Amino acid sequence: MASIPSPSQLPDDSRPRGVFGWLLGFVTHIGSVVLNGFDNTANAITSLGAFTQFVFRTFSWLFSRLPRRGTVWPNFYEVGVNSLPVVALTGTFIGMVLAVQSYFQFRQIGLETRLGGVINMTLLRELGPVLAATMLAGRVGSSMAAELGTMRVTQQIDALSAMGVNPIHYLVVPRFMACLLLIPTLTVMADFMGVAGGHFYCVNILGIDIHHYWHNSAKFVTNFDLFVGLFKSIFFGAAIAMVSCYQGFNCSEGAEGVGSASTRSFVYSFVAILVMDLFLGIALDSIYFTLHPEGASLL
Amino acid sequence: MIDQFMETNEPLVRVEKLSVSFGSQKVLRNISLSIPAGQTVALLGESGCGKTVLMKSIIGLIRPTRGRVFFDDEEIQLLNDQQLSRLRLRFGFVFQHAALFDSMTIGQNVAFPLVQHGDFTPQQIHDIVLSRLSEVGLPDSVVTKKPAELSGGMQKRVGLARALIMNPELIMYDEPTTGLDPIMSDVINELIVRTRRRNPVTSLVVTHDMNTAKKISDRVIMLMPASRLDPDENQIIFDGTVPELEHCRDRRVQQFINGEAGERLMEMRTAQNST
Repeated sequence: MASIPSPSQLPDDSRPRGVFGWLLGFVTHIGSVVLNGFDNTANAITSLGAFTQFVFRTFSWLFSRLPRRGTVWPNFYEVGVNSLPVVALTGTFIGMVLAVQSYFQFRQIGLETRLGGVINMTLLRELGPVLAATMLAGRVGSSMAAELGTMRVTQQIDALSAMGVNPIHYLVVPRFMACLLLIPTLTVMADFMGVAGGHFYCVNILGIDIHHYWHNSAKFVTNFDLFVGLFKSIFFGAAIAMVSCYQGFNCSEGAEGVGSASTRSFVYSFVAILVMDLFLGIALDSIYFTLHPEGASLL
Repeated sequence: MIDQFMETNEPLVRVEKLSVSFGSQKVLRNISLSIPAGQTVALLGESGCGKTVLMKSIIGLIRPTRGRVFFDDEEIQLLNDQQLSRLRLRFGFVFQHAALFDSMTIGQNVAFPLVQHGDFTPQQIHDIVLSRLSEVGLPDSVVTKKPAELSGGMQKRVGLARALIMNPELIMYDEPTTGLDPIMSDVINELIVRTRRRNPVTSLVVTHDMNTAKKISDRVIMLMPASRLDPDENQIIFDGTVPELEHCRDRRVQQFINGEAGERLMEMRTAQNST
């Protein structure tokens, strides 16, 4: 969109002076702010449309023809196997950090044996899936965006198309399948290690009675809590794959373009994870309280 | 020679009033042309005049703003993803920087179209790959190497071998000799000529190199950047044979052939000052 020249850009002799000049400058400034606003909104809508189309094309290829095993396994290995250590490590520490942070407050009111319920429910419902998704977005999502971005910049994606291989089918569908199908296993790993870390710190370091710790866990944590975490993680995995692949595919030229695609993929994935976490949390709670009205009456 | 092709062969590629814009920048404006089967066409023009964009529009890698492109009477823009992928098996594309998959070996790169589309045994694929590599003058030992281990000229020859492996009907070369020394440039030109001699293939070659255009082409099309033309002027400023090109009286064509800057530097300065 063409920008309006401000009075300062006009030649000296044609620049209006006095109050009229100031007024003209002010109106011009307002006009350019409004036009930029329209421009940004139009760009945002266009990008959203392009992203939606990208998602539809991925689903259309996913359901029309599955990719070859040779293209799927390396992605499964990268997402599932190579991400396990970092997810396990962070899960363990987050479980212990939860124990450290909540112990003193619960002890003051004499409820430290309830920590098992609090830590394990928090891990299964929230921190496990969000942590696994964040690790996946940082480790795998950024690398996907950088790899596909480099392929875009060096015309390797065009080369695929030119050889009659659809790049979405060949590059995006296997990555999408890997993230979608393997993030629940990573979440289970984050949950398990977090629960183990919380147990270790509470029982072995803080000396909380093991029987009461697990008794309260069993009392408060249900299968539905595990389901909530795993169900949400599937959406997180899909969002990470879609956002990262889209950023890679739409990478601008040069090393800077690849770098910013990688950064944007993590930032947008993380925002998407948190926004989806909120709305999925609300939706799943509504479902739970519809199915178990006695649970709602306890609130 | 062009008339002879037009008379004997049906057009394989037909472009009708093609326009391509990127944002407010018009790159192609109302381009119409047809290429008969079996012809080798060199697409000339200064940098930024839209040669590569025209070639990518023909193969459907760029969606035109307006106009239509037909390949063998099929309109490219009307095809869906699957149909387009199927049609592209009839094309071969040699990219400017080869665009080899850097995560694969040379053998895997050349074999890629066969693995994806063919129904061959691993032994058959291996044999075809070696025969294609030998056609472009590369030894068997390169099969296990990665693209980064090869020189620019070797990478281009691998790109050519990969483009030829499915026996395409139309092969497109995007600046095949750019960045190569004169001897390697001539090797590539010779390979293009031999490929044509061996198979009845139609070729479209985007180049800046007059030697390439003279050596390989039946027909030369020269484009001017849309930004340097009057609104009603045709973007194709020359369409004819190499001898006709050499005797063309258009000053812009002669400037390009002889590599003269002329008033271009002044024009660029004026354009820079006006922005």
